[in-house]
Formats: sequence, C-alpha cells, structure tokens
Amino acid sequence: MFSLRGIEHRYGASVVLRVAEWEAAGGEHWLLAGPSGSGKSTLLHILSGLTTPTVGDVRVADVDLTTLAGSARDRWRGRTVGFVPQRLHLVAALTVRDNLRLAQYLAALPDEPQRVRELLEAVQVADLAQRYPRQLSQGEAQRVAIARAVINRPSLVLADEPTANLDDAHAAAALELLRAQAIAVNATLVVASHDARVRPLLPHTLALPIRLAEAA
Amino acid sequence: MSLLRLALAYARRRPLATLLNVLLLAVGVATITLVIVLSHELDTRLSREAAGIDLVVGAKGSPLQLVLAGVYHADVPPGNIPLSAVESLRGNPLVGEVIPLALGDSFHGFRIVGTEPAFVAHYGAALASGHLWEAPLDAVLGSEVARVSGLKAGSTFAGSHGLADGGGMHEDARYTVVGVLAPTGLVIDRLVLTGVDSVWKVHERHHEDDEKSPLAGANPRSATAWPPASTREVTLALVKYKSPLAAASLPRSINAETVLQSASPAFESARLMTVFGVGTDVIRAFALLMIAASALGLFVALTQALDERRYDIAIMRALGASRSTVVGVLMVESLLLCAFGLVVGFVLAHGLAANIGEWLPAAAPLETGARTFRAAEWAVAALALGVGIMATLIPAWRAYRLDVAATLAEG
Repeated sequence: MFSLRGIEHRYGASVVLRVAEWEAAGGEHWLLAGPSGSGKSTLLHILSGLTTPTVGDVRVADVDLTTLAGSARDRWRGRTVGFVPQRLHLVAALTVRDNLRLAQYLAALPDEPQRVRELLEAVQVADLAQRYPRQLSQGEAQRVAIARAVINRPSLVLADEPTANLDDAHAAAALELLRAQAIAVNATLVVASHDARVRPLLPHTLALPIRLAEAA
Repeated sequence: MSLLRLALAYARRRPLATLLNVLLLAVGVATITLVIVLSHELDTRLSREAAGIDLVVGAKGSPLQLVLAGVYHADVPPGNIPLSAVESLRGNPLVGEVIPLALGDSFHGFRIVGTEPAFVAHYGAALASGHLWEAPLDAVLGSEVARVSGLKAGSTFAGSHGLADGGGMHEDARYTVVGVLAPTGLVIDRLVLTGVDSVWKVHERHHEDDEKSPLAGANPRSATAWPPASTREVTLALVKYKSPLAAASLPRSINAETVLQSASPAFESARLMTVFGVGTDVIRAFALLMIAASALGLFVALTQALDERRYDIAIMRALGASRSTVVGVLMVESLLLCAFGLVVGFVLAHGLAANIGEWLPAAAPLETGARTFRAAEWAVAALALGVGIMATLIPAWRAYRLDVAATLAEG
C-alpha cells in the first residue's frame, strides 16, 4: 500500500530520521514504535505528504509523492490520508458535526449527511453532534477526531500517540476503535506510539532507534 | 460546509471584537456617505435652482446675498433698485430677458414675490388650477404653499411684513388666490406669486399710514393707486444673456456704470460650495480616520485570531486544504465583516439623509438625495472592501507560509 526506500530527513546538518526500507500491504495495521525524538511524527508527516524527506522515495497508494506538489498534493492528502494528531486539533469554532463536514469540504468531496450521522453513531458520539469541542471530554474528542480521520474513506489512516494520557481501559478502547474504523474503510493503519501497551495490540511493528543529533 | 459558513463560525467565536469592528467601519462609512449624499444633493439643487439665470441684478452690497435672496429665496435682499434702471437694462442689446422681482412680504414663512408671468415660464411651472394674476392683489400659490396652507382658488389671505413669520399683517390689503401651480421640485413651489404692482400697492398703503403720502385714501384695489413712475422700485431682477458673449462685458458694465450690482449665481454658488467644502473635507477626513481605525482593529483582531488559529490552519491543511483555501478562509471572513459594516453604514447614511429634516428642518429639501445611490458611493464600497483585504494581507501571508508539520508536532 505504501513503500519507503532510502529515506533520510535532516534539519540543517543533523539527521533526524533514517529508514532504509519499509513496505506495508493494503489493510495492514502497523505500530511505529520508538522513544520520543526518534522521528515517529516526522515519518507520519512524510507518509501524509506534509513533509518531503531530504532524500528517498515515497510511494503511497500507487502515487510517487515526489511528483506531487502544491495543491495537487493537498487534494491527494485530503482524499487518501486520514490523520489523528496527538492533540486532536478539532476546530473549536465548529460543532462536532461541522468538524466532520469540514473534512469532506476541504477534500473537495460532496456533503454526505447520512455518512456523517452513521459515523458519529459508530464512534458513539451521535448525541454530541451539536456540541462544540470545548464541551467534550478527552475521550469523546478523540472519538470525534477518529471519525474525522475516516470520513473521507482514506486508504491510509495515521494516528500519532493516540493512547497518551489515557488509562489502560481507555487506551485499549481507543486503539480498538481506530482498528475497527480502519477496517470499516479498508484502510492501512499506522499508529505511532512509544506506549508499551500498544505493541501487543498491533500485528506489525517498525521500531525506530534513538537518534541523538547524528551528523549527516 | 463552505468558506462562508466557516467564516461566520469564526466571527461568532469573537462576537464582541467582531461587533466593534463592524460598528466602527459602519460609522465611518455612514459619515462619509452622508457627506457625499448631502453635499451632492446640495450642489445639484444649487445649480438646478439657478439654471438659466445668468445674472442677478440688485442694489449694491454683497453679491452672495443678492444671489441667495434672488435665486434661492434664502436671505434678505440688500435693498431696492429703481424700476427705471431695470427698464433700461431691457434696452441693452446684450440682455435677452429681464424678470423683475419685488420682495418684502411673506405668508406663513413663504415669500410673496411680485413679478411677471415670465417668472412662471422660467421655472417651467404649469397651473394646476385657476389662472395667473391679472389684477393687483391676485395671488398664485406654489404647490408647497397650497399644500401647507390649504388655500385654493378663491381663498383670501393677508401677507405679513418681512420675510419671516411674525411681521405686521397687511390686513387692509388681502390677497385673493386665483391659481395654484403644479409641483416642479424647484424653489417656485415654496413661493406666493403676484404682480409687482400688488407689492407696490400693499406698501403704498403702508407708507401712506407712516408718511402721509399724497396717495392717502386710495383704494388698494383701484388701478389708480400706482406710485409715480419715477419712484417705482423693485428689489432685484433676474437677467438672461442674449448670447454667452455677454458674460465678458455685461456684469462689468452694470457694476461700473449703473447704480446696480450684478452677481452670477453660478459663481456665487460655487463660492458658497467652496466655503462649505472646507467643512465637508474635515468631516470626510474624520470619516476616513474612522475607517482606518476599523482597518487597524480588524488587522489586530485577525492577527490575534491567527495566533489562536494556527492549529486550525495546520489541521485544515492536513485534511487537504490548499494554501489558497486557508488564505481564502481569512479573506472571506474579513470581507464578510467589511461588507456587513458597509451595508450597515449605507443603510444608516441613507436612513439619516432621508429623515434629516426631523432635526435639521433647513436641510429638509435635501432629503430627496437619500433615494439615489451616488457613483461616489461605489468608491466608498471599494474603500471598505479594500480595507478588508489590506487588514488580511499580513495574517494571510503568515497562514500561507505556515509550516504545517512543525505546527502539528508542536501542538
């Protein structure tokens, strides 16, 4: 579903990420493991086309990302990648329902009220559709963020530290929801986490080593 | 979901700051628009009233006063002039037409003008009923006078001495209404017209009481009660040139060679507008200052909002929004507020102009200006929307340049 080859990313003179090769098939669920600072977030951004690696080839969903630029890449991302950032970043000015509709709008996809309704039900926040993000609990907000990530039926779902600050029960539930929703849209799932509790819940793992300001 | 909906959602997030900026812009727009509407209306009215009158000729004094009294019926005339001087003007080959006016009395604040039928023809006024004056003390009412007073053909009334209400009444020489004019939208609507001889008659009676004139006891309606030809006077005369060439020499020769003074309505009203213009320039500058202040307020609000909204912009980009889309969100929001302020300002200005007579009775005739949208108002619209775009430029540039990956990571 995606393949990375000879990836190296640098900030100035220091290498922050190096991945020789990584391939995932469609529908696989992966853990991207590694301590803080190992470049997990950077790798997620590379997979979503938000960051272009200094060196290397990135193919996602049969698209060579190096050939995609500007708004074409933005549009590709909106339709291909679902993203659950660590801080969730729901848009505070919009209701829960409008946060989902915003994702459809920004990907230039038609409004699907039926899909929004079903998805809010699937993640058990249907009764919160008219609430604003500040009126939600952390767990509720995360379920909304997961719904937002899959609303456009992406083929790749990325989640950054989804279990941070959650107790065991909630951490397991969050991961279960992510997996269920990824399966529902038949997407490949990549969860970046340094949380040891996550490892047994995902079948595939790519571990990134600690990287301490290594010179290029 | 749409850019508009998104912009509205953001505006609703900060209702107080939004309202304040809209209000500031609206007041600035309203002020500048009101000045445009009123001064434009004043300008057109001044030139429309004076159309076709090349010169006003009267007693020596202030030329502006002469024009105000003779054309706009807004000031007291400088004094009287001998009828013989007016008659000799008629003989001047440069003069096309002379219409004498005898002023001095009024009726409920409306001026009584002793003149000739040519005056009615000059304003293009048609009779709505009755006929023009034939005998002394026949009066023809302008449409507004008839409407306000309720008088019609056959009614009688007494003029009061002086141009304002409250002078002594000429009860012994009552006028009889013989006709009413149709509305023209010009100053004639607010005048009572009669023959020049009527004014002489009314005032002969007056003088006779004061000075024991030789005409004592004369019947005011009898045609024998004329003052001797040598002492007949009028107040001023409206003069039309025979050809535009007269403008070069006629005013100078009148001023230099006769006891009369000539004044050009076009020149005097332009001078008046220049004096008035200083005031409107100050108001205009003040209004521009308010619009600039609203631009600054908008800029601060948007810049501040952008600091809070960095993550929103980052997540929007992550969800597939292009750089131009996030810039579009800011632009639409800013333009939306400015357009709203603009509309509120226009409505306020036209609403005020339409009702200005309520608290400025003298400006009531300018109310008609509220009904038209002036070309200059497009410039105000462009200014207000330009302000919206200007205020967005820097925040939009920052949104455009936002490092999405770094922002999402730092969150």
